Amino acid sequence: MADKVLMKGNEAIAEAAIIAGCRHYFGYPITPQTEVAAYMAKKMPKIGGTFLQAESEIAAINMVYGVSSAGKRVMTSSSSPGISLKSEGLSYLAGADLPAFVVNVQRGGPGLGGIQPSQSDYFQATRGGGHGDYHMVVYAPASVQEMASLTVKAFETADKYRMTSMILADGTMGQMMEPVDLESLKVNPAPEKPWATTGTDKKREHNIINSLYLKPEQLEKVNFERYERYKTVEANEVMYEEYLMDDAEICVAAFGIAARVSKNAINAAREKGIKVGMIRPITLWPFPKDVFKNAAEKVHTFISVELSMGQMIEDVKLATECKAKYVLCNRVGGMIPLPEQVLADIEEAAKGGEL
Amino acid sequence: MKYKRITVVCGHYGSGKTNIALNMAYDLKSGGNDVTIADLDIVNPYFRTKDSIDELNERGISLICSEYAGTNLDIPAMPDEMYAITDDLTRNYVLDIGGDDRGALALGRLAPKIVSENNYSMIAVVNMYRPLTRDCASTVQVLREIEYAGGIGFTGIINNSNLGVDTAAGDVLNSVAYADEISAAMNIPVIATAVDKRLKAELDGKINELFYIELQNSLVNKEC
Repeated sequence: MADKVLMKGNEAIAEAAIIAGCRHYFGYPITPQTEVAAYMAKKMPKIGGTFLQAESEIAAINMVYGVSSAGKRVMTSSSSPGISLKSEGLSYLAGADLPAFVVNVQRGGPGLGGIQPSQSDYFQATRGGGHGDYHMVVYAPASVQEMASLTVKAFETADKYRMTSMILADGTMGQMMEPVDLESLKVNPAPEKPWATTGTDKKREHNIINSLYLKPEQLEKVNFERYERYKTVEANEVMYEEYLMDDAEICVAAFGIAARVSKNAINAAREKGIKVGMIRPITLWPFPKDVFKNAAEKVHTFISVELSMGQMIEDVKLATECKAKYVLCNRVGGMIPLPEQVLADIEEAAKGGEL
Repeated sequence: MKYKRITVVCGHYGSGKTNIALNMAYDLKSGGNDVTIADLDIVNPYFRTKDSIDELNERGISLICSEYAGTNLDIPAMPDEMYAITDDLTRNYVLDIGGDDRGALALGRLAPKIVSENNYSMIAVVNMYRPLTRDCASTVQVLREIEYAGGIGFTGIINNSNLGVDTAAGDVLNSVAYADEISAAMNIPVIATAVDKRLKAELDGKINELFYIELQNSLVNKEC
């Protein structure tokens, strides 16, 4: 029998990060992700790691920059307003091609908003957030087990492509408790980092970590090269789950808590004979464009279930080239759609399906 | 279960304090007592007693909690009704305390009067399946911190070891030795082992003093 523990999503992220070899955590408390920091505060001193509560989110993300420059696995975590503060640092990490792991357990916004769950930082996560041309790999877990497994994955992806990877969870994912099997987590050791500032031993030229380029030609070249690397990420790192899509004529698109709610609605609709399935993007960037594009060949309506005013729905439309009908099924401000609301939209779509 | 006038329920985050406190209040009420449950958690803004307000109203159990519980405001505010806990001697009170030494500070405000009245039990809820209380030593450390901050020593243990809705009878049986070890280390009795009602048939007679509980309704706990 696997040795399971009962964990909050936030705790699962923290423990999985430690398992992945992260020994440096920098953060600043904010609900609903505070348990990540609290867990690290308890654990890091016992295993020779660093836990540091910085004076601000901005300080924390720049500490991440420093440790990453030295070639170590490092992370920070926050919730929506805190990620806005960290966004300058995220851009600098991208500009210096540094690997880092960042967690956003989203809450209602904009502004101070509220402490209840939300998915309204989708644009911020997938479109940059900070300034300049860059991407982060963005993972959207839908269970506490995935909070753990995707954390390990995120560290590996960050190192492999020298970029920031993010867990984009919502308050529900952070707070809910489920049994987790930590022993099943497979961790690959961090790769060699010949670019890191680890000391030359007078055997090589010194490494420079920087995002400033004096010549525009040089800056352009670095940007083009970076986007070539992003193409590799798009080709290799897309993750998604398909649910009952084989014969589906209606497709629900949902991630995180919205996907769990949607699954209940889909099961209820299937009992009524409606051919509906779901595509659950696990990576929000790179977005699973091809699977949506293929689905559009036989699906007449896409229902995007989101805890936002409709952000992922834009990627669904782009991926499917606006060929189908699109419905936004949403709640915001910390509210979560109920299965009944999703089911009602599925039934409505089923009525108007044959065009 | 036998109750004192005040039952203080403490334990680490996620040990199941709120569920145990609710079920003790139900138990007291069905024994014919006037019961108030007081949610004194000043740390965690989620999974509050207030989530069960309909159930409490239905059973005629009154609730004392922060007026901000369940809202978008995350501040450690306590209502002045909390003083009724030690001033109104006609009722039974069940106190749900926050999950660490910071949380137990709210109890410290009431502790001198509770101790001088000397009609209380201070219950440690333990769960060996939680990551930071996996063994006796780590659990005792957390409980000692709570005692120190709260100003009251524990008088008994409720073993609430569980894996949420996935808990099997074997998981509960495997936790008995863990609770006994804590009991020996702290020199206080295990007064009950709490288990979900659905495991009654499998566990009846296998453990002393089983306390069958109803799980608190919560959106995220529903099968998704």
